[in-house]
Amino acid sequence: MLNHLETEPNAQMTLQQLQLFHQLYERTAAGLAKITTFSSEPETRRYLENLISRAYGEIHETRDRQTKFHPIEWVFQTLPRTFRRHIGAFYLSVAITIAGCLFGGGAIALDPDSKPVLMPFPNLLEDPQKRVEEEEHSSTDQLQGMKSTFAADLMTHNIKVSIFTLALGMSWGFGTIIMLFYNGVILGAVAVDYIRAGETKFLLGWLMPHGVIEIPSILIAGQAGLMLAMAMIGRGSRLSMRARLRAISPDVTTLIFGVAMFLVWAGFIESFLSQYHEPVIPYEVKIAFGSVELILLTAFLSMSGREKSKGVRAGDNQTVRVENPQSKVAAVQTTDGTPGAHSTEL
Amino acid sequence: MKTSTLVIRTPEGIVFSQILAGPVVRFLAWFIDHLFIVVLLMVFGAVMALLGIFGAGGFAVAFAIIGWFVVGVGYGIFFEWHWRGQTIGKKLFRLRVVDVEGMRLQFNQIVVRNLLRFVDELPLFYFVGGVACWLSPKCQRLGDLAANTVVVRNPQVLEPDLDQILAGKFNSLRQFPHLVARLRQNSSPAEAGIALQTLLRRDEFDPVARVELFGDLATHFRAKVEFPPEATDGVADEQYLRNVVDILYRTNGTERP
Repeated sequence: MLNHLETEPNAQMTLQQLQLFHQLYERTAAGLAKITTFSSEPETRRYLENLISRAYGEIHETRDRQTKFHPIEWVFQTLPRTFRRHIGAFYLSVAITIAGCLFGGGAIALDPDSKPVLMPFPNLLEDPQKRVEEEEHSSTDQLQGMKSTFAADLMTHNIKVSIFTLALGMSWGFGTIIMLFYNGVILGAVAVDYIRAGETKFLLGWLMPHGVIEIPSILIAGQAGLMLAMAMIGRGSRLSMRARLRAISPDVTTLIFGVAMFLVWAGFIESFLSQYHEPVIPYEVKIAFGSVELILLTAFLSMSGREKSKGVRAGDNQTVRVENPQSKVAAVQTTDGTPGAHSTEL
Repeated sequence: MKTSTLVIRTPEGIVFSQILAGPVVRFLAWFIDHLFIVVLLMVFGAVMALLGIFGAGGFAVAFAIIGWFVVGVGYGIFFEWHWRGQTIGKKLFRLRVVDVEGMRLQFNQIVVRNLLRFVDELPLFYFVGGVACWLSPKCQRLGDLAANTVVVRNPQVLEPDLDQILAGKFNSLRQFPHLVARLRQNSSPAEAGIALQTLLRRDEFDPVARVELFGDLATHFRAKVEFPPEATDGVADEQYLRNVVDILYRTNGTERP
């Protein structure tokens, strides 16, 4: 039975199998208890310990049993609900990025010569007016035959950056904050550089189609990183760090998979749409497309998966605490979240 | 406090332990995994290059880029989920990722511990992860800390062939069941293990050293419980030790527990 459970991650037992499994577990546990009270064959003890250690998790697990993955339900319910459940971390992520934008934009406005220091990327160092002129008068498609490669490059690079931003949350959030701030600096510097050159329309047409998805994705990755950091710091929580990390682990996973999904879309758009300018595609069309994307993304993250009939606003961070005095386990269940997602030992 | 074992007490009062894997053996397992990933990527790259010859050059390169990324990030997640905490390297070194509280390893734990490799592998060769592992009481890298997992070592347990060393001998000590019970009570598992190993490795010892060793051990066990002279008179040290092992490892005279 143990071998079957171990080779089949989604295996489920019938009631009879469960009863037999529990009975065998109790017999093995009793045998182990008996054998440890006197000197005996160490191999037998190790064997029984091995059986108990493998079966223990199956018997005593109180977290949600993982069922088959339902992609539609995950996209339209789990992901937006998870995002809303930790909206505070998202706002913090936005605030840090805006601070970076203000710094980067202010630095470029006050000292345009700081451009090579703030944006050490060759493609951003060019004069905006010169670039716009070149792009609009270019008669050849520079990405001819390379669009799919460019898209793949963008997707993998952005997903790596997002994972890195998330993972740096383990540095008590310092790494995540630096990543978000630096992203903001570059964004603010580029924006002010183009606005000062009078190329606002080009800027919006260039950045909006993919940026309205890509930038929120990095912000969500930052949100996940800050969730890790908050769990490590644990301010105002009486739970142990282990319990706090255990509680947010499913949500961090959900968010990072959501980010990857968004960035795949952003990669396609950046490669197949964003790099084409007037006269190939009018800027108004690109800006309108970006605006529609932004509205849809906002609506998706703020409204998808809401429960209408409960009289409780979805996304509210209300909790219902159900305590089981026998097992000393408290199930913390959010009213709009996945039920039983957070089970923590007190 | 640094420990080499993960001890878990169940609600039934049973205590079981698992051996924690150290940084070196984990690094070796990672090295094997890394080699496997490189081979996998080479095969994938060759297939994509072949596609490029047949006119799908752009798509082949794009698939190669995505494939390399997916394999690099997803290798650990895929194998640890399908093999319950094991990858090829971990299987070879008999390592397994387990929940720190002995619970079922969940998918999100596997994802988190694998994604946090991005930080653990900084700046090179898992330096950050190695330092975290070395400093952590349960030898956890940052990914393990975040995911609440540990890596344990499951050494292969070989059942000793007791019949080979104990079969067909009359055990004079068994005539005194109350003293037999006291001997079992007074002997620790470690002492029993030493006595058994001494008998199993009998032929590996130099004859003089063997006689001395059996003498020392027999004296040690004689001091634990004093059997009457009719049970011990004329019994050589080696035979006395065999009788002791027979008592400690068999609940009755004929069958193993």
